Amino acid sequence: MAVCIAVIAKENYPLYIRSVPTENELKFHYTVHTSLDVVEEKISAVGKALVDQRELYLGLLYPTEDYKVYGYVTNSKVKFVIVVDSSNTSLRDNEIRSMFRKLHNSFTDVMCNPFYNPGDPIQSKAFDSMVSAMMVQAC
Amino acid sequence: MSPTQWDLPPELCCRPMAFVALTGLDVVYNAIHRAIWDAFCANRRADRVPISFKVLPGDHEYPKCRTKRTSYEWYIPKGILKTGWMNKHLNLVPALVVLFYELDWDEAQWKEKQSECATKVEIVRTSLQGRNTKVAVVLIQKKTPLPPGEDVVASERAASLCNACDLSGKSLFVLPHTDHLVGYIIRLENAFYEHAQTYYYTEIRRVKSHKEFLNKTTHQLLFVRHQFKIAFFSELKQDTQNALKYYRTAYTLVHELRAHETNILEIKTMAGFINYKICRLCFQHNTPLDAIAQFRKHIDLCKKKIGSAELAFEHTAWMSKQFQSFGDLFDEAIKLGLTAIQTQNPGFYYQQGAYYAQERKQQAVQLCGQEPSVGYPNPDPLETPTGALDFYGQRAWRQGHQSIDPPDPEKEKGGIRALQVKEREVLHSELIIHLLSNAVAQFKKYKCPRMKSHLMVQMGEEYYHAKDYTKALKLLDYVMCDYRTERWWTLLTSILSTALKCSYLMAQVKDYITYALELVGRASTLRDEQKSRIEKNLIKVLMNEVPEAEPDCDAAAAKAAHGLWGDRVALAGSNEFTIEVQDYVPFIQCKAKFLCPSFHVDNPVELHVYLRADCPHPVRFSKLCVSLSNQEYNQYCVVEGPCLEPSAQENMCLVPGKTRKYAFKFVARTEDVGKKVEITGVDLMLGNESGRCVFLNWRGGGGDAASSHEALQATRSFKRRGRLPEKLVEWDMVSIQASTMIISRVPRMSVQLHHEPPALNNEVYCMTVTVLSQEATVVKDVKLTAGLKPGQDANLTQATHVTLSASEMSDDSHPALLPDISVGDLQPGQKVEKPIYIRCVTTGSRIFLFHVSYAVNTTVENKDLLCKCHKDETATIETVIPFEVAVKFVSTKFEHLDRVYVDIPFLLMTDILSASPWPLHLVSSQLQLASSMATVDQPLSQVEQVILETGECASECFCLRCPPILNGTSSVASGQYVISWKRKSACENVPVVLTVVNLPHVLVETIPLYVHAELPSFGRVRESLPVKYHIQNRTSLVQDVEMSVEPSDAFMFSGLKQVRLRILPGTEQEMLYNFYPLMAGYQNLPSLNINLLRFPGINSQLLRRCLPSRIFVKPQGRQADETSIAAA
Repeated sequence: MAVCIAVIAKENYPLYIRSVPTENELKFHYTVHTSLDVVEEKISAVGKALVDQRELYLGLLYPTEDYKVYGYVTNSKVKFVIVVDSSNTSLRDNEIRSMFRKLHNSFTDVMCNPFYNPGDPIQSKAFDSMVSAMMVQAC
Repeated sequence: MSPTQWDLPPELCCRPMAFVALTGLDVVYNAIHRAIWDAFCANRRADRVPISFKVLPGDHEYPKCRTKRTSYEWYIPKGILKTGWMNKHLNLVPALVVLFYELDWDEAQWKEKQSECATKVEIVRTSLQGRNTKVAVVLIQKKTPLPPGEDVVASERAASLCNACDLSGKSLFVLPHTDHLVGYIIRLENAFYEHAQTYYYTEIRRVKSHKEFLNKTTHQLLFVRHQFKIAFFSELKQDTQNALKYYRTAYTLVHELRAHETNILEIKTMAGFINYKICRLCFQHNTPLDAIAQFRKHIDLCKKKIGSAELAFEHTAWMSKQFQSFGDLFDEAIKLGLTAIQTQNPGFYYQQGAYYAQERKQQAVQLCGQEPSVGYPNPDPLETPTGALDFYGQRAWRQGHQSIDPPDPEKEKGGIRALQVKEREVLHSELIIHLLSNAVAQFKKYKCPRMKSHLMVQMGEEYYHAKDYTKALKLLDYVMCDYRTERWWTLLTSILSTALKCSYLMAQVKDYITYALELVGRASTLRDEQKSRIEKNLIKVLMNEVPEAEPDCDAAAAKAAHGLWGDRVALAGSNEFTIEVQDYVPFIQCKAKFLCPSFHVDNPVELHVYLRADCPHPVRFSKLCVSLSNQEYNQYCVVEGPCLEPSAQENMCLVPGKTRKYAFKFVARTEDVGKKVEITGVDLMLGNESGRCVFLNWRGGGGDAASSHEALQATRSFKRRGRLPEKLVEWDMVSIQASTMIISRVPRMSVQLHHEPPALNNEVYCMTVTVLSQEATVVKDVKLTAGLKPGQDANLTQATHVTLSASEMSDDSHPALLPDISVGDLQPGQKVEKPIYIRCVTTGSRIFLFHVSYAVNTTVENKDLLCKCHKDETATIETVIPFEVAVKFVSTKFEHLDRVYVDIPFLLMTDILSASPWPLHLVSSQLQLASSMATVDQPLSQVEQVILETGECASECFCLRCPPILNGTSSVASGQYVISWKRKSACENVPVVLTVVNLPHVLVETIPLYVHAELPSFGRVRESLPVKYHIQNRTSLVQDVEMSVEPSDAFMFSGLKQVRLRILPGTEQEMLYNFYPLMAGYQNLPSLNINLLRFPGINSQLLRRCLPSRIFVKPQGRQADETSIAAA
């Protein structure tokens, strides 16, 4: 389903990046990193209009020939990025939203762990398996 | 770059304009013709009709028209579009040929001229045989024509000329070359434009008419061709809406063609052309979304149409070009006012173009091979008889071939090989970099810094592949810090690896070391064996040896690099490098800290430097030195070790993962007391002088690009580290402390103050300072600074005076602060007292400072030190007023007066109310009267030597009189009241304070008449009481006075009851009455009414104030009683 899932800290450094092992990992790192341009722009545009009732889901960030990049930003400005293969046309916006919601829930669980130090890279088995599930699904 | 096969032809990319040929103009030798031509072609702005003009000779041969086909039945088309077709209609076949001919209506030889003109028209017509091209004639005339209809000769001759030339009236024009040439030309060209429109309209009709002859099986190509032609003619006609419509139909048709390996290139080429036209027109119609949608559709349709696998690079080259040309169109539209956004800008298309170019390069490498044995086939299969192709997108070796299989497999193979060999020669990197740099420029514009960095990395990598290492390094170095500050270590590692390769291949020693430092360190995500390899290479470089080549380097380049390194090694000198590692993440971390934020000068300053290595192998350094803001201390903060002791050896070796501490200690200089000592840098020397030495330099107290974030995470961390064995320090727990203050030694001196607050305003306030030395040795040069503490309200400085001797306190010249009063030396335990006298001129609160400084000898770390110490003591002193003085004027009867009268005595009463918490000693008081006042008697102070306790009041009373004044009423000064006093507890030598109170001004009035009575102090019932009234005239006039005495119940009286008298100026009249009291007690006297006839305003009330109003009347006494009272 997803080919790459990333969690980016408020300060824009990666907390977690996972991509399908078959492809060039570095390329996905670059894709996620460059998508932050659009995320930043969207956040600042939203910040001007409505601060309180902010939609967390940012939608399609930008389409490339091969991939679609979707973004989501939590209230604490932690960003989630999901990269999907462009050829996968069966995925609807709703499904992407639900993926992000799942990701957010799982991330909240990680944050609730008293042994996790916010800002450190995420090393959680539960989070890993949830991400794996999202990547494998309907692949 | 020279145009390649993939570039779109210029005739496709230009804006088609109606082509009009001008003949009969001699622009070289004829000035008039030249002017006409210039007017046609100069200043062709947007408001002029879109025509492209060309001057052709009268006998110009236009392209021959092929014989029209009457039936398409047996016709099989050979391709979609001929390569020359667009150019032919843009530049060769005119819509209108205009013949310019000099002929005036009144020409003498009209007949001859007319037939010459007709001949010229005929020549043009012959040359255009078979075409619908219009012909028009313009007569160049010297005279301005008359308005139409007036010139009979003209209309007659015009008709005959039209007839001779076989022209319609609309095709004959007159151009008078007068002042308004440009105006005429514009009218002319508008007329030409109409003719051209008609021409293109008929052309469209002509092409459309072919349609009915076509069938869908054999003429599919023609459907596309005809739609394209109609659309193109529509464009020439400037009918862009219809053009777009026909192009869209053409686009659909081109994809309906049967595609197979032999014609796929032709289909793609034409699809690309038509797509380009559609997108261009969409942008022109300001519907950019349509353009983008069309382009997306185009790409989706063509993406998979790869064609021959052996020529796959052709497909990617074509794709790359599609993206590039769309990017160009988009960019052009933006320049004309379109607004693009961050997620939809030309940059994405250039980027994708670059991506396909990269793919093309890879395919080229795979497919074309490198072996030179595959030579270019002979004869050249790409050569055609004309040097160009007949149809767009066909193969040179089988032009016009439309069946599924190639006619000759041998030829086909040769052709493919020729193409592959040619592809080998293409400079792919140049193409890729060009596209990337276009994309970079776009992303920069649309606020995509990260995308820009990513593309610059790609550019750098492409330069690396193109072996332009200098440029590659420049680009990579530029973006590296972005990735570093954003902490994307994976990406940074990848960039660093490429940069390391570049610096290796160029044998750039310093760069090589810098990148290696970081790749070995903790920011690098390389595997340990990689790190280990790089670290070994780094050590080799430090030992001035040649490092191993990086893996994946081009073998030839690596060999060349090896040679370069050899030269570097052999070269003596310039083997010292300083690398500022603050902005990198090097493999050695450093933190330096002073143990305290401040040190007393008599204690040694302690400083620790912590080092830690993150590399896989232990690393040895040869020198560690700390630079401090005062360089004199640097010598104490060095670890250096040429010594061979094993302990020192171990000391200078950093084991990975272990924190090592280096402690330094030095004695601060006394001059630095009160100053900050900062660590300006830490230098660590790797390598040694015999080989190569590298100084890692940390600015300030260490830390690098990653350490501040790590420190933050460490403070957040839940982990409470367990106790570590001694000497081992947890790295994260060390915090940098890069500066410390040197502060003076703690004083052992007691300073005590004795005084009695609050101070009284203006008094000389005595404070006794007691200084007691508690030092163990003799203290020297004790100095006391006493007075108002600086930094308070500036006005206080003026209102406070400090002196050492009380008797001097006579004027205001004393300063508010007495600096450096020398006290001399003090033995241990010795005590010195100093009285300080302070005068505060205003009330309020003040802070006084008593600062004792001295010097004492001490020993620190076996070093004698003359320390300066000081002890401060402050006291806040309130100043209050000592007493309040109230003054009032009363009459001799103690009645309150709001004004006084000339020559009439009155009383001045003063009350001194003590407000001081301490008893006051009033030494004396004195009245200093103004000239407008005089005393009645000799006044003496009545409060002399009085002691006033808190809240007590001392009063005085003075009898005064005002001498005459000039005019009736005026306010006069009364003078001053001076009180001299001191506090009771003050010692003898303290001077008396003089407090001057200004007495209030008083209103003085002159009265015309003064009355006073002379009467005994009491009366007795039934005994006569004589009363004499004196009436004085104070004016210089004779006064008529009316006087009456009112009767009273308490008295009987004798005397004039009512009288009118005249009093001369300055004289006095006496009136005598005998009152006879009837009742005892206080009785009101019969009231005397006086009326001045000349001063009706003066009422008797005023005069009555001067007179007693009542008298005590004793009861009638008995004789016996009288004696008894006398006895008592």
